[in-house]
Amino acid sequence: MQIATLLSQKKAAILGRWLSMIYESYPPETAIFLRKEKNRFDNPAGYRISEGLEGLYGTLLQEMERDQVMACLDEIIRIRALQNFTPSQALAFIFLLKIVIRQELAEEIQKENLAAEILDLESRIDGLALLGFDVYTKRREKIYEIKANEAKRRVSGLMRKTGLTEDGLL
Amino acid sequence: MAKTPTPAELLPGLSYKPPEKGWMDVKPDFRPGTYCNPAAPKWMEWINYPYPAARSIPEDNWELPKDWKEIVLQGMEDRLQRFRSLKVFFDICVRCGACADKCHFFLGTGDPKNMPVLRAELLRSVYRRYFKTIGRVLGEIAGARDLTEDVIKEWFFYLYQCTICRRCSLFCPYGIDMAEMTLLGRELLASVGLNIDWAMASVAQCYDKGSHIGAPPQAFKDMVDFLAEENERITGINTMPSINRKGAEVLFVMPSGDYFADPGTFTMMGYMLLFEHIGLDYTLSTYAAEGGNFGWFISHEMGKRLNAKIYAEAKRLGVKWILGGECGHMWRVCNQYMSTWWGPVDFLEKPVSPITGTKFENASVHKMVHISEFTADLIHHNKLNLDPQRNAHIKLTFHDSCNTARGMGILEEPRYIINNVLPEGNFVEMPPNTIREKAFCCGSSSGINANENMELRMQGGFPRANAVRFVHEKYGVNHLGCICALDRATLPTLLEYWVPQVEITGISELVGNALIFPDELERTTDLRDRDLVGFGELAEEAGEEEE
Ligand code: SF4
Ligand code: SF4
Repeated sequence: MQIATLLSQKKAAILGRWLSMIYESYPPETAIFLRKEKNRFDNPAGYRISEGLEGLYGTLLQEMERDQVMACLDEIIRIRALQNFTPSQALAFIFLLKIVIRQELAEEIQKENLAAEILDLESRIDGLALLGFDVYTKRREKIYEIKANEAKRRVSGLMRKTGLTEDGLL
Repeated sequence: MAKTPTPAELLPGLSYKPPEKGWMDVKPDFRPGTYCNPAAPKWMEWINYPYPAARSIPEDNWELPKDWKEIVLQGMEDRLQRFRSLKVFFDICVRCGACADKCHFFLGTGDPKNMPVLRAELLRSVYRRYFKTIGRVLGEIAGARDLTEDVIKEWFFYLYQCTICRRCSLFCPYGIDMAEMTLLGRELLASVGLNIDWAMASVAQCYDKGSHIGAPPQAFKDMVDFLAEENERITGINTMPSINRKGAEVLFVMPSGDYFADPGTFTMMGYMLLFEHIGLDYTLSTYAAEGGNFGWFISHEMGKRLNAKIYAEAKRLGVKWILGGECGHMWRVCNQYMSTWWGPVDFLEKPVSPITGTKFENASVHKMVHISEFTADLIHHNKLNLDPQRNAHIKLTFHDSCNTARGMGILEEPRYIINNVLPEGNFVEMPPNTIREKAFCCGSSSGINANENMELRMQGGFPRANAVRFVHEKYGVNHLGCICALDRATLPTLLEYWVPQVEITGISELVGNALIFPDELERTTDLRDRDLVGFGELAEEAGEEEE
């Protein structure tokens, strides 16, 4: 219970720091831009990543359907699955939350003896990361799927004409 | 041995502060999915392009000709003399950074070298080194650097991560045109044998067979026949056009995507219905069967070679003027280059709409009218019998293609058509900083829509898709309209990744849906065989219930 209250109280600070750490995984010039530009259309990656993080943070504050959790993860992972990151780099951001929480709540953790609660929270963050693998894999599969679909579409008119579909005759 | 890294240690920006490297020292990372394969030698041989070789990007050796450096520098010098603009663009940039965050590739990849100012610097640094005294003397301090094979590789990577869309120029106080620089840079690459396969294959096939996809004239005719049959099946109207008919008033030229690939095919059906509706005296050509021009993505010279067919055919068939289909880069080539390449075009007449009498003054030099201008004029003069309810199932937003919008200023015409063929309230604009002159590019144009380049394309198109998603979620938009064949080919893929609920449509398809013919079949579906809302059985059932 206590940790949940703390997480709500310190939401802005924790989220801000978490976001900042993700931005720092980009080259310095890019990180500055991601942080600075506030218009959601002029800075789509910054906007979607911050939305995704907020959603993920929400999953730690209250219970959510699995689909919703996956959607929040997807918000960020579908961007990072395309960018110049290895899979581990693309997903490392989830674990960073542990560091941020331990830093932001350092005093409280000691004073109020929250070790057990923190362990549970960290375990749930690990859970998020594991779900992150699923999302990442789905996104990579998606890339293969859209490649295949585009290749078919290139002559799709021709295929309709000959009465062929991908599954055989129309 | 090293310790297993912590999550933070896996991320370079977090684990250690990378030493402040100048941009010149950061090498491109040729990660599969983010570059196009180099052109296979056979395509280059087909069109007599220099230095064909089987190349592989991951290999160190890119099989450059022995004297590659001289060729490139000579090419640069020639172009500096031929294009005054190039010299101005090189000299005038004050590095104010206004363009830096305006490129969709920067926004999507997060790679600073996709900031237009740095993309230009790739070429500019070499210009400074060899063509400016200060650069010759001071070298890197003056932003100059030697031309090395690594520089060539960097050009190849980043000049094919630019879609020549010109969004950056819009924000530059000097109007520096990155697109122009990219094109000239690609020409220099081509001069030492470096081309991309997807564009080169399309060019060679188009040059040899007649269309980018490499289908011969017979296949073109077959497809036109098929689409006319489809029109007849759905509407009961015979829209079969003539092909290669001498003496027609108008030659109609469309991109090949419109007769081979869905959803372009429905746009083609829309054109044919429109022309039948107004009784246009027009013909198609099997020789000028490709309006698109991937040649222009490689070099001005190749653009010219492919473009030659259009006027040649207009002359042979003795038409009065040319009407062009919904295509972006085709339009930029025809409007901006054609008359310079071939003019004066005295074998054609100033285009006049035979239906409304409107003189298309804007086309008086190159004698070619865009279908959106033509259709908007017809609607304006009340010459089309339209039932917008037939598009009631379509909630549309409109993507301004870079070439037609930013390049040519065709902004109002498609919107005017849309507002007349859709029921009121079914058209929603995306936010102003993402449309019209400021439109975000599809991310796949300029010949880079190769399958192997998919990760890059999805990143480049992300800002566009992000705005589409907004209107989808907020207003229930389910279709994205466009007047460009490359968009119709690539946006479905982009949205499949980012906003799979939204489909792509050409604007002439919507016109085709809405046209009422006196002797038509009762319409219950649109051109894609999808049920109309409030027509046919569904409408009757609703009527019965009311009774
Ligand atoms: S022309 Fe377009 S793609 Fe090229 S640098 Fe400018 S904004 Fe980017
Ligand atoms: S906006 Fe123009 S002058 Fe400013 S950095 Fe970009 S190209 Fe240079």
